Amino acid sequence: MPLSDFQPVIGLEVHAQLLTNTKIFCGCSTEFGAAPNQNTCPVCLGLPGVLPVLNARVVEYAIRTGLALGCTINKTSVWSRKNYFYPDLPKGYQITQFDQPICEHGQLSVDMAEGEKVIRVRRIHMEEDAGKSVHDASASESLVDLNRAGVPLLEIVGDPDLRSADEAVDYLKALRDVLVYLGVNDGNMEEGSFRCDANVSVMRKGATAYGQRVELKNINSFRFVKQAIEYEIARQVDVIESGGKVDQETRLYDPNKGVTRSMRSKEEAHDYRYFPEPDLPPLHVTNERIDEVAKSLPELPRAKVTRFMSQYGLPAYDAKILCAERPLADYFEAVAQHFKDYKRLSNWFLGELLRLLKDEGGTVTTLRFSTVQFANLLGAVEKGTISANAGKDVFGEMFRTGKDPEAIIAEKGLAQVSDVGAIEAVVDEVLAKNAAEVEKYKAGKKQSYGFFVGQVMKAMKGKGNPALVNELLKKKLGE
Amino acid sequence: MQLTDLTLLELAAKLASGEVTSVEATQACLARISQVDGKVKAFLRLDEHGALAAAEASDARRKSGNPHGPLDGVPVAVKDIFLTEGVETTCASHILKGFVPPYDATTVRLLKEAGMPILGKLNQDEFAMGSSNESSAYGPCHNPWDVTRTPGGSSGGSAAALAAREVFGTLGTDTGGSIRQPAALTNTVGLKPTYGRVSRYGVISYASSLDAPGPMARTVGDVAALLKVLARHDPLDSTSAPADVPDYLADLEQGVAGLKLGVPREYFVEGMDPEVEAAVRSALKEYERLGATLVDVSLPHTKYALATYYLLAPAEASSNLARYDGVRYGHRTREAKGLKDMYGMTRDEGFGPEVKRRIMLGTYALSAGYYDAYYLKAQKVRTLIREDFTKAFTQVDALVTPTSPVPAFKLGEKVNDPLSMYLMDVCTLPCNLAGLPGLSLPCGFTKAGLPIGLQLMGRPFDEAKLLRIGRAFEREHEFTRRLAPI
Repeated sequence: MPLSDFQPVIGLEVHAQLLTNTKIFCGCSTEFGAAPNQNTCPVCLGLPGVLPVLNARVVEYAIRTGLALGCTINKTSVWSRKNYFYPDLPKGYQITQFDQPICEHGQLSVDMAEGEKVIRVRRIHMEEDAGKSVHDASASESLVDLNRAGVPLLEIVGDPDLRSADEAVDYLKALRDVLVYLGVNDGNMEEGSFRCDANVSVMRKGATAYGQRVELKNINSFRFVKQAIEYEIARQVDVIESGGKVDQETRLYDPNKGVTRSMRSKEEAHDYRYFPEPDLPPLHVTNERIDEVAKSLPELPRAKVTRFMSQYGLPAYDAKILCAERPLADYFEAVAQHFKDYKRLSNWFLGELLRLLKDEGGTVTTLRFSTVQFANLLGAVEKGTISANAGKDVFGEMFRTGKDPEAIIAEKGLAQVSDVGAIEAVVDEVLAKNAAEVEKYKAGKKQSYGFFVGQVMKAMKGKGNPALVNELLKKKLGE
Repeated sequence: MQLTDLTLLELAAKLASGEVTSVEATQACLARISQVDGKVKAFLRLDEHGALAAAEASDARRKSGNPHGPLDGVPVAVKDIFLTEGVETTCASHILKGFVPPYDATTVRLLKEAGMPILGKLNQDEFAMGSSNESSAYGPCHNPWDVTRTPGGSSGGSAAALAAREVFGTLGTDTGGSIRQPAALTNTVGLKPTYGRVSRYGVISYASSLDAPGPMARTVGDVAALLKVLARHDPLDSTSAPADVPDYLADLEQGVAGLKLGVPREYFVEGMDPEVEAAVRSALKEYERLGATLVDVSLPHTKYALATYYLLAPAEASSNLARYDGVRYGHRTREAKGLKDMYGMTRDEGFGPEVKRRIMLGTYALSAGYYDAYYLKAQKVRTLIREDFTKAFTQVDALVTPTSPVPAFKLGEKVNDPLSMYLMDVCTLPCNLAGLPGLSLPCGFTKAGLPIGLQLMGRPFDEAKLLRIGRAFEREHEFTRRLAPI
């Protein structure tokens, strides 16, 4: 029986590392790439006698994320200990939020193949990251690097509202966009600062009860998310079709082989022995604090796309690309202050600007020229001072040198000739030289019109104002 | 009279007048330690060099007229549960053998900032689990009043060092009575401050929600003076209270006239030693004579305190002690083949039987399926116990009870009977469950010459009143001036 007889049900748990300068319970740096164990102190090393002190910025970021995802912010939330043994877990427990998290009951609207879909967010909680074990530095020993221990994380737990691997990826991307927009996470899956676990089950179409779910752990790219979920759906369908039963277990995705394999079964599942963290009092947040954070909330990607469409009259395609990253959208709006033909501006963004950034590197925040210079260039093209093609050359030069467009146009002699007399002289000359072609044209061979334009432009080294050239040519040809 | 027979405040006065130097006082302590500690075993290790260097620095400050405070130069010692930078700290456990902390506990730092030389690390029950100091991995401590008997626990070394006059003041910790019970058994004074009054930062955790570091000394005034140094809000401890710190010595001599003292009937339990009961009853009469009113009160949930405590404290301990896994510091087994083996064998070799017992109890109480029945239920009872106290304190200024139901017992007597050992804390641990301050001070002796302790419990952050009430009794009697025969 085919896959299509089954309905997959998927829920994602996302771990997002917060962009704070210091760790969640001590003042150590969170900088990535420091020498092993450099960013540590007695607190994050879990030495005897140490106590956690909460980083207020972590709470702010959690509230910000919660508000952006439409969650209720709990006035009181509670810290818990999750107890388990692992060499890179210095205290023998992780401080996290268990039965009373800071945010609950939110949702995220996502554009999917079949249109907009609302995915519910069950809860968001704060926790500390563990360190990392290094297994390949020595033949006989494993080493432990605790730089990451105590780095703040948000865990965003979605409801099982996703129905395919593609939907899962769409949701994940949309969620990442929101977090990056909020400035709370860098969205980097490769470095593990944005990572997810997937709960996957299948049920026969029309069934009302969910199937047995399997947890897929720590998947670190969008591609692997899709592959792992698709593999797991097919595997579960196979198991059921061959008369078997899906076991409750935790599985790992092996990207090299493209398969998931069992990590631990329900029987081996940890008993984390959660209990309220006695070293940290319950966390209370006031309405004032929540309001304050709400005021600082930036416009989110979806709202921005809608606004770009209505305010600038842009098609959805353009608006989505421009709003994909906040700095690009901000930059568009900055240039739009000085240049009002928004569609033309968008064309330059989607064409020239993004191409140059891609080919030659850099970001909109490191551009050498100003928004005014950018607008002036487009103004020159609009007014016909230079041709569109010449404009692209000038833009390339501005991109590399930061020089004024006017200066580049003058230097390169790119200014268009709009002197009617001068153009008329050239037109006459060209028509005279090609008298035979003119006869044929007048007799009906209209396709040679382009030939005349080309000859005039050639004679004028491309600087003839195209509108005037056309106007004069047509006049002389008796049109 | 020897220099070491002085009380802490008496020595402070002599240091201030220049009659004695800190180096002399420190040397006198070291001499006394070498004379008697072979019998008492109060010290796990000395820091002779560090203490003398601190004493010299103190004398230099005195000479230049800039002492750090009234206690500058007074030698003290701390329970081995307090982290001391550069000085091995083991919590009396094999698992931390060789651990040299890179930082000081906040309380240790405060002592140092007050100019007080720290003589060394004091014996205790392993990880503060025990009521007789016999669970120390480095051998038991002995009671200076009778060296065949226990000084109590877990701060047994802190109490015994005072009773043996090896030092002028000590730090202990009190999770279920570990300051007050040994104080009672050694004729010394111990204060368990309100939870949050004294920082826990750098104090090795046993049960975080109950642990209270506090001062121990030979008189109520000495304890008040030490509390003045220690009581402070600590931003490194999220449970530390940002409350105002009064001058604990200011009202010490105000007496008890007009105060209402509650006598909770549940604390005069069956099985209490009759001599203890008699001494406590006579202390109550004394308070009446001094102008206090005695009020009969009831704390009906007291009978559940012991069971509640022995669910909550081991539960927290099982988690707090997970970090001793052999991965980063302390003991690691030499035998293990794989990771699981390494954890198991390291912990099996490193922890003593009482610690293992409590880890097992706590792990069980927290495990899935039992959490609601044990841990959660215990938390609910804890709330009821707290409410009992809150209610009682609407009627009275303080509660007066025995500290320990029996005087010092023989070493070895209860070692194989954990339940009877746990009963040693029956009068003290409700105070920890409620987070209240509790003071133990001497109130008499048995016919055999063993000390008896009186416990005072107060409202949160009302230490000053407890000290004042304690002092009123102390002033009338010579108990705290009686010296142990060692």
